[in-house]
Amino acid sequence: MSNPTHLQYSKEHEWLTAAEDGVSTVGITEHAATALGDIVYVQLPEVGTVVTAGESVGELESTKSVSDLFTPASGEIVEINQAVIDDPALVNGEPFTGAWLYKLRVTDTVELLDAAGYDAFIGA
Amino acid sequence: MSLRHTALDALHRSLGATMTDFAGWDMPLRYGSEREEHIAVRTRAGLFDLSHMGEITVAGPQAGELLDHALVGFISALGVLRARYTMICREDGGILDDLIVYRTAENEYLVVANASNAQVVLDALTERAAGFDAEVRDDRDSYALLAVQGPEANDILASLTDADLPGLKYYALLPATVADRQVWLARTGYTGEDGFEVFCAPADAEHLWTSLSEAGAGKGLVPCGLSCRDTLRLEAGMPLYGHELSTELTPFDAGLGRVVRFDKTTNEGQFVGRKALELAAAEAESKAPRKLVGLVSEGRRVPRAEYSVVDTEGTVIGRITSGSPSPTLGKPIAIAYVDAAHSAPGTAVAVDVRGKHEPVEVVALPFYKRAR
Repeated sequence: MSNPTHLQYSKEHEWLTAAEDGVSTVGITEHAATALGDIVYVQLPEVGTVVTAGESVGELESTKSVSDLFTPASGEIVEINQAVIDDPALVNGEPFTGAWLYKLRVTDTVELLDAAGYDAFIGA
Repeated sequence: MSLRHTALDALHRSLGATMTDFAGWDMPLRYGSEREEHIAVRTRAGLFDLSHMGEITVAGPQAGELLDHALVGFISALGVLRARYTMICREDGGILDDLIVYRTAENEYLVVANASNAQVVLDALTERAAGFDAEVRDDRDSYALLAVQGPEANDILASLTDADLPGLKYYALLPATVADRQVWLARTGYTGEDGFEVFCAPADAEHLWTSLSEAGAGKGLVPCGLSCRDTLRLEAGMPLYGHELSTELTPFDAGLGRVVRFDKTTNEGQFVGRKALELAAAEAESKAPRKLVGLVSEGRRVPRAEYSVVDTEGTVIGRITSGSPSPTLGKPIAIAYVDAAHSAPGTAVAVDVRGKHEPVEVVALPFYKRAR
């Protein structure tokens, strides 16, 4: 598995795109998706919610567990990915692309890693 | 405490398995997608390493009488080369473990306990053997255990053995040569499908795994981990110790009173737990407080073990013991103990999923029964 170099990463295993007009896209990494196993349910924050970096904003359920979804950035949620809610298995199949989770207008972030830093963090 | 490893440990790692600590053993949880593994067993075949299970041999002229005394089943009545699902209970009727007992010879039985309870069962059998002319032997290190489960299991085995598979009935076993290795071949399993369990010497486990994998490759057999084993048994409505069964419950509480054989003729009908179990049987007949039922959800959130079951008013009426997404039904399912008043199939109840009440319907177990 390789972590795309154009993304930034949190130690809670989310990825974040560079902001475009102030808006970044968030998802979870392939490493996280693989560790969770088959994802069966995704709960995302509602559009318009203002979230704080590092807090739990939703849930990911796999066959065996329920995990909090933490946000790597603060800001207002501007869009969520309905495709992932309809087909949670997308998170396992396309964690870095089709299975983006939400977009937010970023005001702050947690400490982020670049791809090389995240590779080292997960021991890849 | 360091984890124990099965004879197939290196093989699991070479297959890229995600491993998990299960009752002190480092076991494969899944190799790829647990859902795909589950579906393979339902539609084709799956290969499992179950070497964590606890094998105990009971041998001697009074082996049958000892087991009749120590367990709730009528074990001495079992035919040679037959197997039986049974339980071992405490004097107060509480379940110490559920077991499969294989009669391997006139005076010899192989007792297979859950990994988590193997020591407890071994200790109890050893203690209960006092006064019987029989030996209780810890054979946990003498066997590795593989399982081949699914509709293709028969054809896969048939390509590796001359054993009489058509004559090998469900819950029967044979000494057999499989892929040139001597094994005990049993038609048992914990998936709700046809299939086999293969008890072999640990030194032969890798050869057998590889031979079975190769024989099954063209038939869609895949390696399967404990994660799909759990969802398979859940769909099949089979109890799991620590979830549906515990020392706090009797076999009657768990709806499995049929395993208790008050009609045993050995030892003058006496066995450990008899008195308490007679009371439990009478109570189950007249005023069962709670019943074990199935729950099916139309939602997507999974009702999981320990979640509360509530009625339409929100009052707690039960507790979930196991829950999972069901790959076969395509919806979440669960097993729960609920108040008898709410246990009829079709009853609408709800599950408290982290504060939100998700509607579910009570159904009869099992959720899945294979077409024969």
